[in-house]
Amino acid sequence: MTATIASPGAASRRAGGRGGLTVLIFLPPALLLFTIFVAMPMGEAVWYSFYNWNGYGRPENFVGLKNYLSLIGNAAFLRALANNGLIILTSLAIQLPLALGVALMVAGKIRGAVAFRMIFFLPYILADVATGLIWRFAYDGDYGLISGAMSLIGAPPVYPLADKSWAFPAVLVVIVWKYFGFHMMLYIAGLQSLDKSLLEAAEMDGASAVQRFWHITLPLLGPMIRLSVFFSVVGALQLFDMIVPLTGGGPFDTTNTMVSYLYFFGITRMRVGFGSAVGVVLFLFCVTFALGYRRLFMRDD
Amino acid sequence: MTDQSLSPPIGIARQPHAAAGPATRWFSPRLPAGLPGFVKFAALVILASIVLTPLIATALGGFKELGDLRANPFGLPKLWVWRNYWDILSGARYWQMLGNSLFISLFTVFLTLTLASMAAFAFAHLHFFGDRFLLNYLLLGLLFPVATAILPLFIKIRDLGLLNSHWGIVLPQTAFALGMAILLLRNAFKELPSELLDAALMDGCGYIRYFIHITLPLSAPILSTVAVIAFVNSWNNYILPLVVLNTETRYPWTLGLMAYQGEYSTNWQLVLAFITLTILPAIVMFVMAQKYIVAGLTAGAVKG
Repeated sequence: MTATIASPGAASRRAGGRGGLTVLIFLPPALLLFTIFVAMPMGEAVWYSFYNWNGYGRPENFVGLKNYLSLIGNAAFLRALANNGLIILTSLAIQLPLALGVALMVAGKIRGAVAFRMIFFLPYILADVATGLIWRFAYDGDYGLISGAMSLIGAPPVYPLADKSWAFPAVLVVIVWKYFGFHMMLYIAGLQSLDKSLLEAAEMDGASAVQRFWHITLPLLGPMIRLSVFFSVVGALQLFDMIVPLTGGGPFDTTNTMVSYLYFFGITRMRVGFGSAVGVVLFLFCVTFALGYRRLFMRDD
Repeated sequence: MTDQSLSPPIGIARQPHAAAGPATRWFSPRLPAGLPGFVKFAALVILASIVLTPLIATALGGFKELGDLRANPFGLPKLWVWRNYWDILSGARYWQMLGNSLFISLFTVFLTLTLASMAAFAFAHLHFFGDRFLLNYLLLGLLFPVATAILPLFIKIRDLGLLNSHWGIVLPQTAFALGMAILLLRNAFKELPSELLDAALMDGCGYIRYFIHITLPLSAPILSTVAVIAFVNSWNNYILPLVVLNTETRYPWTLGLMAYQGEYSTNWQLVLAFITLTILPAIVMFVMAQKYIVAGLTAGAVKG
């Protein structure tokens, strides 16, 4: 009999008496806070998005899908959407290969490996707001580093953040600068858990360094690469803090992301219905991606 | 990372088979694998200087006069102007901002740890009606960032009378941190040997005493991971205080920094000194506890 009680899961079955009381004490605080500040606002966002409302009184001016339809033809919103796409593209095409390359270099035996890792990770711990301001200085045409470097070679000063075609690429540089170190750390963690004997065996069999990378290291890093892609996309979808100090969405609304668009066009003007519609669209992107990604890469589970 | 609350889809880190994503094909494999050591080292030094230059130039810029900054943004100051830093450090503004941030972050960490560990304990060890459903409900918060519902959240905070108060930031921040925290803690609690709980219950120890005296002390590593994530996210948070607060004396440092920049935008040397001083606590903490912070921010993400 004692054997039954001591078996795993036995404790759970006794959740009747004392266990039930414990649940009643332990669960409600979290549920309450979550319901009030996460679940209800999300539900209300859907509700408000069908109204034209300035936030005072009750939403009464029902406008149906008008808020959503006005987004479709809105150049600033479409630009923000495209910018989110560009951030994702940059993360995948530039940031991830860079992070992986650096991880391979500093995971091996190289002088100062630990110091390099810390230096590359350092920007990641800074707040986006501070990062944005630091780079606003770097890009400043009169006092900044880029113009300073230009003047060393005798070139005129540049004002990248004031230039319609250069402002967003300049933002992308800051994103890579800040986030590649985080992805590098993920890859280092992945590399450290690799089975070294596989690589050694391949080396003994005469596989070149290139072959070992393509056929052993890279496939074994697969799970970490998928994780890193996930974080890149999720981070790209919610980027906001950096945009405000860098460009404030300008010039001519060319550097907004979906969230900064939501802020500048919804919150600052107290267009609750319209802003909520933007939030719902963003929500759909996030949920579709998170669930879709999970489905695609978890078919075997 | 910016915010934070989204977690990876459960289990993708454990995927056994491997198909490299399309992104990696753009990467030239010859570089890292076959280069001689000194070329790699040189590449790393160049990259490190690109990473560090803006930070060092910012700190040095705070010691310069405006004209010096204009003529020479990279080099050492011609004349070391300690006054820029000293004026900020001897004023109340800077300390008040840090105090506000500390208040908000510490309460967010405390509430997140308390509520999440209690809920995670219930989900880990007790079966009750609707437990799967309730867990999935709480994990929904992992799917979207706070920005998606920021307008209704603002109205909710206003209607609760929490506008322009620190609790109007602490409570929503905690609510959004709960999903990730519960996920990490529940997995860790489940891994504790179940014989412990069985033995304790046999001896007449209640669940609550077991939770306080056994579960929590044995889970120190994962609790510190959750604390690091919650603290860093709260310390760096910008959008929520931006929407909730409108009195400058209550601003956390992220808002205060932007306000300072707005006021002194023509005096870059002062703004640079202010930036340096506001990011200093994070850098000092990082250097002192880098092991925990790196582990917390990366391993925590991976386990989630």
